[in-house]
Amino acid sequence: MTGVGARQAGSMSYREAMREAMREALAADDRVFLMGEDVGRYGGAFGVSLGLVEEFGPERVRDTPLSESGFVGAGIGAAIAGLRPIVEVMTVNFSLLALDQILNNAATLLHMSGGQVAVPLVIRMTTGAGRQLAAQHSHSLEAFYAHIPGIRVLAPATVADARWMLAPALADPDPVIVFEHGSLYNGTDSTADEPGPVDLGSAVVRRPGADLSLITYGGSLGKALTAAEQLAAQDEVDAEVVDLRSLRPLDDATVIGSVRRTHRAVIVDEGWRTGGLSAEVAARITEQAFYDLDAPVERVCGAEVPVPYAAQLEQAALPQVPDIVAAALRAVG
Amino acid sequence: MVRIRQFEERCVELYSGGEVRGFVHLCIGEEAVSAGVLGALGPEDAVVTTYREHGHALARGIPAESVFAEMLGRVTGCSRGRGGSMHLFDVSRRFYGGHGIVAGGLPVAAGLALADRMRGQEHVTCCLFGDGALAEGEFHETANLAALWDLPLLLACENNLYAMGTALNREHAQTDLAARAASYGLVAWGVDGMDVLAVERAVARAARAIRDGAGPVFLELRTYRFRAHSMYDPDRYRDKAEVERWKERDPIQVLSTRMRAEDGLDDKAIAEVEKEVSEELDTALDHARQGGTEPVEDLLRFVYSPAEGSS
Ligand SMILES: Cc1ncc(C[n+]2csc(CCOP(=O)(O)OP(=O)(O)O)c2C)c(N)n1
Repeated sequence: MTGVGARQAGSMSYREAMREAMREALAADDRVFLMGEDVGRYGGAFGVSLGLVEEFGPERVRDTPLSESGFVGAGIGAAIAGLRPIVEVMTVNFSLLALDQILNNAATLLHMSGGQVAVPLVIRMTTGAGRQLAAQHSHSLEAFYAHIPGIRVLAPATVADARWMLAPALADPDPVIVFEHGSLYNGTDSTADEPGPVDLGSAVVRRPGADLSLITYGGSLGKALTAAEQLAAQDEVDAEVVDLRSLRPLDDATVIGSVRRTHRAVIVDEGWRTGGLSAEVAARITEQAFYDLDAPVERVCGAEVPVPYAAQLEQAALPQVPDIVAAALRAVG
Repeated sequence: MVRIRQFEERCVELYSGGEVRGFVHLCIGEEAVSAGVLGALGPEDAVVTTYREHGHALARGIPAESVFAEMLGRVTGCSRGRGGSMHLFDVSRRFYGGHGIVAGGLPVAAGLALADRMRGQEHVTCCLFGDGALAEGEFHETANLAALWDLPLLLACENNLYAMGTALNREHAQTDLAARAASYGLVAWGVDGMDVLAVERAVARAARAIRDGAGPVFLELRTYRFRAHSMYDPDRYRDKAEVERWKERDPIQVLSTRMRAEDGLDDKAIAEVEKEVSEELDTALDHARQGGTEPVEDLLRFVYSPAEGSS
């Protein structure tokens, strides 16, 4: 291994893990290439692809113009033609300019062509708030994409998942979107030493517990884990934390299995509540585990407002640890 | 221009001190565009711009205190602290943002122009955007609509040669931007964007032509940003010598050199202007810092208009 990969896995940041995954993919398979705005010379808007253009050249680490619809669509074409593109869209906010290509082409071509045209494309993008970037740079629109049949939607929340989700995503014959929460990039965590590719369809229990299930993903996982520790220390409530990891398909077995054990569920989602992922998960719990529930399903979501700039308003708009603790106590109370 | 320059230098300090957060994009080096474009428009003309808009906002007449307050997240800011550096709005001055999605303001500007046209108003809508925006479909669609419907729209492209870290010739197949705009049927020409008088003349001429019914105009204002794209940008993609070369054409220097020769401007007069501006900004910042913050209970305001019911 070279560069970052030669370092102790345990000291790897989320950003470095994602970079190492891309380096490995580029080195292993010459059909793989990375393209997007400023992924090359600039090193990626969030520094994820720093150094890759020097290593693999501008053909395979390809800077694009500001043309989201154009280069995502070109990624679809290249995938159809047999390449394995990784397309980086700076943030989910900007991906809306490419939503037509993602929904009407990437997700649809296989079905519409009667199984002839598969699209083995990986799209990576950041999501989420917390850095005072105001509405047009802060939204969590994962649910928009999880709504679409024909694509797979992933949300790596840990360093290990950032490191190991890309290879199976590239091996998948269909389009995969990977959401990277912007506040995770600098982080390191105890999962860094977990080895090997992950099963893309599965949720994971990050903390076992008996009294209730905190169900979350992405940038909210850390908050849910902190809330679980506080609940244990202060209130003697033993919370299980479930990381959805795959937002489409949802791993019903893991989620429902957890709720059957704990009989209570709190869903934590930075996205909006109305018509969001939390609504989908809550509906599945009531469909499949209604008679196992000892309390109504609780939701802790982003406030129904475009994310504001001012610090106190932004923080108030996002799920916070005390909100999660309060919801958990309502559920067990 | 001196005011804009000093304002932005304060922004650097405020950002370094942690008082201002988020993405902050400076226009240092591009002041002639702000002063020239906004100086040539009338108060009834509408303005739509991007996230790199402190200069545009100040030149439009939004008080420095109001812009500072916005960046500090105060309720006294021009967007009540909800927009921050990238989203300055002042509808009383027909200043319609402050847009963070590249090229997102262009179709909106076409709509403002359409409304003026439909109401028989002789106003011009001026949309400011960067060279990068020409790569988006939104530019193509707006240019086509504007020409097709003969809209009173001034497309003012602030060509600073880079879209973030991507140089003009690595983002555009046709780097003659005015030629491209002309292919849609827009009247289009290039202007020295480091010369405020040239910019002002060009915009005045364009606005006159638009008011006279000549249809939409595209101006390519050739300029350069002396600073990085944003406070996050390590600026690795361009040659330091190139930056230094452009600094020789610093728009404030270009103007003061001319005024020294033609109007007898001297060091003392320059120092006085600088001091005056600095004192004005001291006061503005002081006042901005005293502004309150929006109470958290009001988080859900402005999602829907009050008349339309609550959220
Ligand atoms: C649709 C969209 N894609 C990407 C971005 C990220 N981004 C912000 S500014 C920028 C560069 C824009 O360059 P240009 O239009 O030339 O304007 P300048 O910043 O040079 O003033 C990019 C890529 C964005 N804000 N919106």
